[in-house]
Amino acid sequence: MGNGFVVPAIVAVTLVTVGIGFYGLRLARTTSDFLVASRAISPTWNAAAIGGEYLSAASFLGVAGLILKYGVDVLWYPVGFAAGYLALLLFVAAPLRRSGAFTLPDFCELRLGSRRLRILATVFVIFIGWLYLVPQLQGAGLTLATVTGSPYPLGALLVAVVVTANVALGGMRAITFVQAFQYWLKLTALAVPAVFLALQWQADARPAVTPPDGPTFRTATTVVVEHRATLALADGRTVEVRPGDELPFAAGDPVPEVSGVATDAADWLLPSAAGDDDRGLFATYSLILATFLGTMGLPHVLVRFYTNPDGAAARRTTLVVLALVGAFYLLPTVYGVLGRIYTPQLLLSGQTDAVVVLLPGAALGDGTTGRLLAALVAAGAFAAFLSTSSGLLTSVAGVISTDVLGRGSVRGFRLATVIAGAVPAVLALHLAGLDVSQVVGLAFAVAASSFCPLLVLGIWWRGLTDLGAAAGILVGGGAAVGAVLVTVLGPPLSGWPATLTAQPAAWTVPLAFAVMVAVSVATRRRAPADVGATMLRLHAPEALRL
Amino acid sequence: MLAEVSRREDRAARTRAELAQQTRVGDALVRGLVRAQFALALRLSLVVAIGLGGLPWLFAVAPAVGRVTVLGVNLPWLLLGVASFPFLIAVGWAYVRLAERNEQDFTDLVQRPER
Repeated sequence: MGNGFVVPAIVAVTLVTVGIGFYGLRLARTTSDFLVASRAISPTWNAAAIGGEYLSAASFLGVAGLILKYGVDVLWYPVGFAAGYLALLLFVAAPLRRSGAFTLPDFCELRLGSRRLRILATVFVIFIGWLYLVPQLQGAGLTLATVTGSPYPLGALLVAVVVTANVALGGMRAITFVQAFQYWLKLTALAVPAVFLALQWQADARPAVTPPDGPTFRTATTVVVEHRATLALADGRTVEVRPGDELPFAAGDPVPEVSGVATDAADWLLPSAAGDDDRGLFATYSLILATFLGTMGLPHVLVRFYTNPDGAAARRTTLVVLALVGAFYLLPTVYGVLGRIYTPQLLLSGQTDAVVVLLPGAALGDGTTGRLLAALVAAGAFAAFLSTSSGLLTSVAGVISTDVLGRGSVRGFRLATVIAGAVPAVLALHLAGLDVSQVVGLAFAVAASSFCPLLVLGIWWRGLTDLGAAAGILVGGGAAVGAVLVTVLGPPLSGWPATLTAQPAAWTVPLAFAVMVAVSVATRRRAPADVGATMLRLHAPEALRL
Repeated sequence: MLAEVSRREDRAARTRAELAQQTRVGDALVRGLVRAQFALALRLSLVVAIGLGGLPWLFAVAPAVGRVTVLGVNLPWLLLGVASFPFLIAVGWAYVRLAERNEQDFTDLVQRPER
């Protein structure tokens, strides 16, 4: 691509991240400093840090890519990613902070007093954490490959190594500063180019997003195919293309239709209607359930709540996070929509996740402005990979060091970090072809079918028992895990089986709740004797000083 | 006057003890608080379930809604891409206010049980 600003921008973001990490390292002296950041972080910092940690590769790259590809139906991704914080606020935030639990396994032991349930929760935390880490590394590989032409594994491994080293050496105090900085960086990196893009669109006399004859190439373009696909050309012929094929197009040529992609204007512009596709509606509701309810079960989100001083502060912090995250999610839509005009070749090559990175260059040209903005976006994308992977890695490593290695020491935490970082790095090298947002969506589905019922019932219902919780997590969460494995590793499916495994939440979440309640009722004698005291602790306001 | 104040403080201390020791009175108080907070959370999630959750259904049964344009933009894009975020924040803001009021009521009840 020959943009001389991109590599320095990425290096700068990485160095600042590592630099703040080492600044934090000097402050982190004891183990407790290391893991919970001493609980001395102000709500504003904390909210920005939560936002910075949450806005991942899926949010920064994936959402815009999906909008470019599928249109209005996938707007539910950003809405759901934000609404997840509302569900967290309504049902979990304050009581969870008051419980004093630091991780999900802690909450299991605290509320239900069961070691075995704790182990089960640990397994799920690690699975969800890894499932969520893989797309971050994938996104890094994709971005670096797109903007510098480096091989895909380089970016993935680079982020894995930087993050693992930073978490192992700096712990969470450092991470809080890093995350808060990265929220603002990410917001700037999408907002500033978005303004320039909108102005450029005005200057180009507002080209139609969905012209009546379908999308056309604005400039002469050669598309290199990345994924096998079937194309329907303008003259009615269909062509099979394979990875590596080069397709030249002249300016003004119509973009051929790609099977499975909403090239047709109406499909893209309008929501899926009843009658023509019930599966579409099911998938939409499934996605809504997974994202609305999955956020509260993500391991790296929960840890942050412990850094609030009390329950009321946890609620207020969550509200600020909702506002910060909501503001951010206005932006990917702009990129997805303008991508239809300026980068239609991505629909052909299949690299729709790269739209955010490529759009500034494509729309604004090769001038200094275009190249600077492209570098800013690439830096923001790297901030997204670094911050989310740091948060996830901290949580997974924390769980591994306390629950698997059984050591609370700093050395144990460092060993756990290396283990926790190595596995997703290997996985990311082998799974290169999946949509970033879809893998993240699956992680949400697993979290929504396992930890969401555990948290909601554990906080609000006295009747929950350890056996009920375990059965619910095993059946509901297990079904979601099975669906993930079939989707990622299994044979290609079609029709209802494909929908039920690709978007499982609409059946696995109710299943998890039902099993948890039914088994708890059947084993009600096992309900902990001190549940009254626990409820008091979870819900009584701090003002009473009990 | 002084006697009344000290009697009130005695009562407040007793109620706090009842909470901490899980007597029937204390237990009933906590159950009341939990029920009030849960009902509040459910009510507001119902608002979201109808306000946002109704949209896919609406677009499906009345496709004409999707073709309505406001300022040149199709309505579903505006509702989902823009309007949903302030809506979520407004619901969250209402929840924080109401939940804090519930807790204030509970604190008042414990500290001034005669009311």
